[in-house]
Amino acid sequence: MIPQNHFLILSAILFAIGIFGVLTRKNAIGILMSIELILNAANINLITFNKFQKTPDGLGQIFALFVIAIAAVSAVIGLALVISIYRNAKTILVTKINLMKW
Amino acid sequence: MSFPILTCIVFAPLAGSMLILFTPKKNVNLIKVIATLATAAALCLSVLLLIKFNYSSPAMQFEEKAAWIPSINAWYHLGADGISVGLIFLTTLLSFLACIGSSGIKIRQKEYFFLYLLLSTGMLGTFTGLDMVLFYMFWEIVLVPMYFLIGIWGGQRKEYAAIKFFIYTLAGSVFMLLGILALYFTSTPHTFDILELTKTGGALTLSVQILIFIAFYLGFAVKVPVFPFHTWLPDAHVEAPTPISVLLAGVLLKMGGYGFFRISFPILKDAAHYFILPFAILGMINIIYGALVAMAQTDFKKMVAYSSVSHMGFVMLGLASMTATGFNGALLEMFNHGIITAGMFFLVGVLYDRAHTRELDKFGGLGVKMPVYAGMLSVFALASLGLPGLSGFISEFMSLLGTYPTFKLITIISSLGLIITAGYFLYMLQRILLGPVNEKWSAISDINKRELLTLIPLLIIVVIIGIYPLSALKYQIAAISALVQNLGGIAF
Amino acid sequence: MVKFAHLIPIFPFLAFAILILFGRKLKRSSAIISIAASLISLLIVILTFHGLLKGQGSYKLFDWLVFNGITLRVGVIVDPLTCTMLLVVATIGSLIQVYSIGYMSDDPRFSRFFAYMSLFMASMLGLLLADNFVTLYMFWEGVGLCSYLLISFWFEKASAAKAGMKAFITTRIGDAGLLLGIFLLFFSTHDLSFSGLSAITGHPALYTTAALLIFCGAIGKSAQFPLHVWLPDAMEGPTPVSALIHAATMVAAGVYLVARCFALFFTHQPALVCVAYIGAITAIMAASIATVNNDIKRVLAYSTISQLGLMMIGLGVGGYSASTFHLVTHAFFKALLFLCAGSIIHSVHTQEINKMGGIFHKMKITGTAFIIASLAISGVPPFSGFWSKDEIMTEILRSGHPMIFIAATITNLLTAFYMFRLIFLVLFGKPRSELHPHESPKTMAIPLIILSIFAIFMGLPGSPLMNNVFQRFIYFGAEHTALSSNPDHFVMGISVIVAFLGIGIAYALYMLNKEILSKSIRNRFTGLYDLVYNKYYVDELYEFLFIRPCARLSKAFSGFDLKVIDGAVNASASMVVFLSKAKAWIDSNIVDGTVNMIARAVGMLSGELRKMQTGYIQSYLLTAFMGLILILLLKIIGG
Repeated sequence: MIPQNHFLILSAILFAIGIFGVLTRKNAIGILMSIELILNAANINLITFNKFQKTPDGLGQIFALFVIAIAAVSAVIGLALVISIYRNAKTILVTKINLMKW
Repeated sequence: MSFPILTCIVFAPLAGSMLILFTPKKNVNLIKVIATLATAAALCLSVLLLIKFNYSSPAMQFEEKAAWIPSINAWYHLGADGISVGLIFLTTLLSFLACIGSSGIKIRQKEYFFLYLLLSTGMLGTFTGLDMVLFYMFWEIVLVPMYFLIGIWGGQRKEYAAIKFFIYTLAGSVFMLLGILALYFTSTPHTFDILELTKTGGALTLSVQILIFIAFYLGFAVKVPVFPFHTWLPDAHVEAPTPISVLLAGVLLKMGGYGFFRISFPILKDAAHYFILPFAILGMINIIYGALVAMAQTDFKKMVAYSSVSHMGFVMLGLASMTATGFNGALLEMFNHGIITAGMFFLVGVLYDRAHTRELDKFGGLGVKMPVYAGMLSVFALASLGLPGLSGFISEFMSLLGTYPTFKLITIISSLGLIITAGYFLYMLQRILLGPVNEKWSAISDINKRELLTLIPLLIIVVIIGIYPLSALKYQIAAISALVQNLGGIAF
Repeated sequence: MVKFAHLIPIFPFLAFAILILFGRKLKRSSAIISIAASLISLLIVILTFHGLLKGQGSYKLFDWLVFNGITLRVGVIVDPLTCTMLLVVATIGSLIQVYSIGYMSDDPRFSRFFAYMSLFMASMLGLLLADNFVTLYMFWEGVGLCSYLLISFWFEKASAAKAGMKAFITTRIGDAGLLLGIFLLFFSTHDLSFSGLSAITGHPALYTTAALLIFCGAIGKSAQFPLHVWLPDAMEGPTPVSALIHAATMVAAGVYLVARCFALFFTHQPALVCVAYIGAITAIMAASIATVNNDIKRVLAYSTISQLGLMMIGLGVGGYSASTFHLVTHAFFKALLFLCAGSIIHSVHTQEINKMGGIFHKMKITGTAFIIASLAISGVPPFSGFWSKDEIMTEILRSGHPMIFIAATITNLLTAFYMFRLIFLVLFGKPRSELHPHESPKTMAIPLIILSIFAIFMGLPGSPLMNNVFQRFIYFGAEHTALSSNPDHFVMGISVIVAFLGIGIAYALYMLNKEILSKSIRNRFTGLYDLVYNKYYVDELYEFLFIRPCARLSKAFSGFDLKVIDGAVNASASMVVFLSKAKAWIDSNIVDGTVNMIARAVGMLSGELRKMQTGYIQSYLLTAFMGLILILLLKIIGG
């Protein structure tokens, strides 16, 4: 049986990759994809703790499914925003988009 | 409820001014017609008032009373008695005549007539209002149009004169407001009604009365004007356009005297008795000082303005007498002075329109060139200097006669004013009408029909009252007797 | 009995109204209207006179003024004094108006002249009819007004305009006294009618004061010292005016007033004595000035003043009927003198007697009339002046005032002297300049003739020859009972001697001696001559004492008004402006400064802080991530 720590290390790596991607990617779609990674890291953690800790059965899975659904929704909205930004600014590079700058 | 004649008189000019607001600016003739009709309506109604007026009764007549601001017990209360009825007539008459005389106004006629009619309503309201709040409101309404009328259509130093007039009178009326509030809070139940206050005001202690009296005095004395508050008058009179000078001298000065008659004396009886000596002395100073200053003037209009100061001294003197004769004289003097000085200012205007100067020394010998004008000017000047047979004499005579038993020395000194007055009016006639003809005015034209039209009604009144003074006195005798009785003065 | 006396002044007043309104269209016919009105008045006067003889008295008309409790009923007086005066005024007025047709014929303001004349007639007749002080005062001022208008009738002449003003103001000084006297009487008696005067008792000091104040009015109107200065200047007016107003009628109103209030004066002797002495001073002073003046009209004016003084003396010594008698005779012969003078001036166009001379043979009618009038005024019997003067002199002697008797005698001497000085210089001798005298037209000559007849015979009714009819008609108290049928021969003798002495001196000085003697006398007494010639410097004195100080005072007050009072107003205004400016400075710099400083500080801070807002999503996320780590670290360290 694979020990609990392995799952957590995997999740941590996934999370680290996701954060790295979010902070370094210039492409907005890349950032969205990195966010998906972070969310998935969270999903792994949820299921792991459900399996190894004293919690009601299936609770972690339910949470994970919930997060997936929300991730899908946020991806849809994020992509829609990106398309709309592209239409206006002809770019999806976040470094070029500084409307919110002071 | 009978026909509300006083409301109609007061608001007829205001209605006219509202109509003028809806008239196109370009249509000057229509504006003039509206203004003339509005003032004529007020005049007709006031003549009706005189006819219907029961002069044997001293009571307030044609009273109208309606709740206005119930929370402070202020009422819309109008009425006329022997004291005010003559002044109401005077105001409507002069408003009408000065309106005819306003054709010399060449700029911004719409605003002019609008303000003019508003002014007229304010003046009439002051003379009819029997509630302190209403009285004060109308009193202040008069100021604003007057400010603009002098400030826009005036002469060289119009802004200075207008501001001086406005601030001077406003400063005075602030004290009056204090007095009104003091009366309100000292009365139980709190009331602004002048008639109520007349009944209850005597109950106040002397020191309170004196304070309130002084507050009212400051408000009224500026308007009369009493020395040393008179310096706004020559400036305002000189700078104002002719019809406005007429109203200033003819009506506005009377508001102060009316205030003494309606408020200061009847309500604050003890204080009035306390102050009669200063009143007499101030009256004397006004008469002598005003006359002497008038004598030194080189400007025709300024001379007439100072003569007003002198003549209003007789009003003060008559008030100080505490006799029915003196009061009658003072009240009649207000009416007569209104008529005569109005005529004088019209005549000044006639001359100024032609010569564009008012310097007395620049004229001379106009009696040859303008015989009708000369006749008119002579009659009004003689009426003003108190020639018997013309109206000015009878009121000055009664003022002096009434004051004589109370203040002998002051009466004697004041009668010197008659001599000085004769001196400066004759000197004025000499400089304008007599002497060799000044070649500069060889082309000057005589007085025209329209100008004559404004003067003849005044002339008729001057002669009628002069020959048969009862025609005017009968309206006021009963009211004055009641006032004197109320004051505990000497009833003859 | 029909009551129509109040109609007397109405016709001239109507004439005035018509002429003033339509005068320019009427032109020459305005004289006819005016004269017709006067004649109608004269007719009514005669009817009234007739009524009086039949017993008609004064009556009331209507309530004129109501003081509280006291009603002033206006009525008219019909008594011997008023009726006689009315007759005199109406007669002389009508004659002088006829005369004026000729005299004023070339004047451009012909109808205006007659309008004023009519107004004067109305006022003068009204004055005489007034039965109380207030109506009297009104007409009193009315005649004063007419006097003013007519003196300055030729107002293009600056001197005429000035003279009118002087007349009006000088008389008004007296009128102010009269007014105060009326007040005093009113408050003591509560009655303003003349009929109440005889009932006055008590308070002698008070009523004496009242009488003296009333006399002030008379002093002004009758040109008595010290208010006599206006009358000589009044000669600037047309000559008919001088004759009617300033010789015969209006100036006599003062005498009339004292006579009308005689009940008051008589019961208060100090006032009466004062009247006598003022009259004496005036009489002798004016007569002395007349002897040296060189203007024909001014000589006559001073003569008028002097004669009015004589009337005042007469009243002052209690000679009521003597004085009114002289008033009547004087009215006729003085009017005649002025009309003659007017006729001469009209023909030679100068008033300087030094330029006249020897015009008698060219102007026979005028000259004869002039001589008749001069004889009358000098007191030569049997002309009218002799009788009336004699009555006054008798009264003076009877009253026991020797000083006044001497003064009056000197006055009479001077009167005879200056009148004949005038005659000798004007009518006889050689012309002193180029003159073309001619007799005046009929309208002027006929009144002269009529008046001459009056001047000769008017004295008879008051003379012992007609049993003193006049004195038995007009009298005060029991005066008429003291009349004796034997005249006082002592007084008569003195009068006659004095008159002839005066004429003789004039003849000696101006006819025999051709003025050499008069010149040497003049040189001997230069100081005195200058004093008299300059009218005792009264005008200059007034100028110095009253007019200039008054003018200076009025200038000073005017300056005071402009600088001090108005200055105070303007200063307080500028002080308020200054205060408000100071307040505005504080407001904008200190109060507002604090507010702005806070705002600026916040602005600066936020200017720095906003730089965190990079606009890069990654930087926000980084910050958020760092924050997360920071929190976790704190959690770990803090345990």
